[in-house]
Amino acid sequence: MTPLSITHFTLTNALGCGKQASLEALRTGRSGLQPCDLENVDLATWIGRVDGLEEMPLEGRLADYDCRNNRLTQLGLQQDEFLPAVEQAVQRYGADRIGVFIGTSTSGIATTETAYRTRDDRGLPAEFTPRFTHNIASSSHFVRHSLGLNGAAIAISTACSSSAKVFAAAYRYIMAGVCDAAIVGGVDSLCLTTLYGFNALDLVSAEPCRPWDAQRNGINIGEGAGFALLEKPQSGDSCPSLIGYGESSDAHHMSTPHPEGAGARHAMQQALERAALETTDIDYVNLHGTATRSNDASEDSAVCGLFGDQTPCSSTKGFTGHTLGAAGITESIFALLCLQDGLLPQSLQTRQQDETLSANILLDPKQRALRHVLSNSFGFGGNNCSLIFGAAA
Amino acid sequence: MITLSVEKIGVVAQGINNWQEASALLQGEADYQGGELPPLKPSMLKPNERRRTTRTIKIALQAAEEALQGFTGSERLASVFSSSEGDLDIIDQICLALTEEGRPVSPTQFHNSVHNAPAGYWSIGAGARQGSSSLGGLNGSFAAGLMEAAVQSVVEQIPVLLVCYDQPPPELLKSFMPISEPFAVAMLLNGESDSPLARLNLNTRPDGSESQLSKPALEKLRQSAPSTRSLPMLQAIARHQSAEITLPYLPGLNLQVELQAC
Repeated sequence: MTPLSITHFTLTNALGCGKQASLEALRTGRSGLQPCDLENVDLATWIGRVDGLEEMPLEGRLADYDCRNNRLTQLGLQQDEFLPAVEQAVQRYGADRIGVFIGTSTSGIATTETAYRTRDDRGLPAEFTPRFTHNIASSSHFVRHSLGLNGAAIAISTACSSSAKVFAAAYRYIMAGVCDAAIVGGVDSLCLTTLYGFNALDLVSAEPCRPWDAQRNGINIGEGAGFALLEKPQSGDSCPSLIGYGESSDAHHMSTPHPEGAGARHAMQQALERAALETTDIDYVNLHGTATRSNDASEDSAVCGLFGDQTPCSSTKGFTGHTLGAAGITESIFALLCLQDGLLPQSLQTRQQDETLSANILLDPKQRALRHVLSNSFGFGGNNCSLIFGAAA
Repeated sequence: MITLSVEKIGVVAQGINNWQEASALLQGEADYQGGELPPLKPSMLKPNERRRTTRTIKIALQAAEEALQGFTGSERLASVFSSSEGDLDIIDQICLALTEEGRPVSPTQFHNSVHNAPAGYWSIGAGARQGSSSLGGLNGSFAAGLMEAAVQSVVEQIPVLLVCYDQPPPELLKSFMPISEPFAVAMLLNGESDSPLARLNLNTRPDGSESQLSKPALEKLRQSAPSTRSLPMLQAIARHQSAEITLPYLPGLNLQVELQAC
């Protein structure tokens, strides 16, 4: 496929605001996880929380969209000089030629939870406006409105692969000529639905999550936002690129992955084919690595079946928690930071690798020049997406 | 501009069991009469799955099944599922459970609450292992789904199943979400086709007003849900009439469909 240049990107999560906070944490092994202190939650678990969202209401022309998810979106957009980069892109392409592709799993559902909690005999409070908050499209409409764009847009919601799939969608819209450049991103925020929902499935860990560890016992839920600007390559570009993507369905079970990871393997294979690369060309795999028993076992089978047991791998969920619909963009931007920095991040909190799992899991960070990084994102419904990013030429 | 073909259609609505009945209604002189929703029994769901699934999942799968009758290429088939609100019965029950002592959220309801639950059940039932995207776009959900399916089909050169569906909200959410009728439409789309029902050229445009239907009850149905915004397109296809159709897509942007009858 024609590579797409990723000319600007930004990231906000429990590690801090802006990509430098994430890079510093990945280098030094600092986790953003903390014991769960979210209001109205009495679960013994750890979370990856972004500080201060409660005191950042959206105001003025953005006030209609006010909710935790869109506050996090706005905070994310304001980092790393991303807004001036978008402005320059508008000058170059026109506001109607820049597409917006946003992934989210639960959007602003926390607002609906609050409306239900505060309902009375007459029903939900009159000021409840789910089209601006809870609706899946709220996030993409908000980004489009906030950035003053009026081109094509899409809100993808395929659980935990949502904001990986935005890269594939943006590539296709640019190739089809629907837009000339794309803002891709993802945002998901902490809410009771996912905390108590994953808890009901017995998938929430009471400790910091331990991907690939023999003692792993579930996920920590995190929140995050990330955005990237994709453009057709120009000569002299000195930025990393999207060079491959693969999308597949397990067609197996709604919440349990295929035991041999057949769908995951299919997605990785497709990404390699599009990138015209062999497995030996991949220098690092950022695993989906949620730290549930079955997810890690399935992904291990898929990765080792395709790559063997030598390719360096890690899950970065121990840094951020599982940011669900934002996991794809979070780990894509980790991949870009790793390519730029020559960093192989450790699988934080993994103490002793499960003997039944064979992937080459990094227990310590390494520095080495990287050419190609693959990032995996898999979601409920058996929805898989793998992306390959290449270092600047 | 994106050019593609509509190969097959599936429709489920109150008083409308399938595309044949929808087509007869849209061609005929009589206005829409409403009626009972057909029993939702998609055959791809095993009996135990049928019990665990919801009216939202079932209406989407029933339309999808009709659009794929006789289709044999599901190993290459990608899918796009589009719905403004997803499964509001489940959202309602989870949000109610979260207000109760001990927060008794049902695990099955939680995994069915993901926006891509119908797509997940469809991929399992159909054995479809290609990529699948689930979207939401408020009243632009049909146009957003059509655009996404079209772009996938043309760029990847594959057939794509598009399903757009809605169920009216439960009581507490009724006055907050503008969906009054259950409706699902599915289309099998392909870049090139030997025997298409219609060919489409898609463009976006910032102006114009959305296409309407001349019969009052049909026009009321068109306004009853995001998925029913597909009706002007379905009418042109049913009547074998070439038409310029404007669909609501995004704030300040419409999707213009130049439809050539086949």
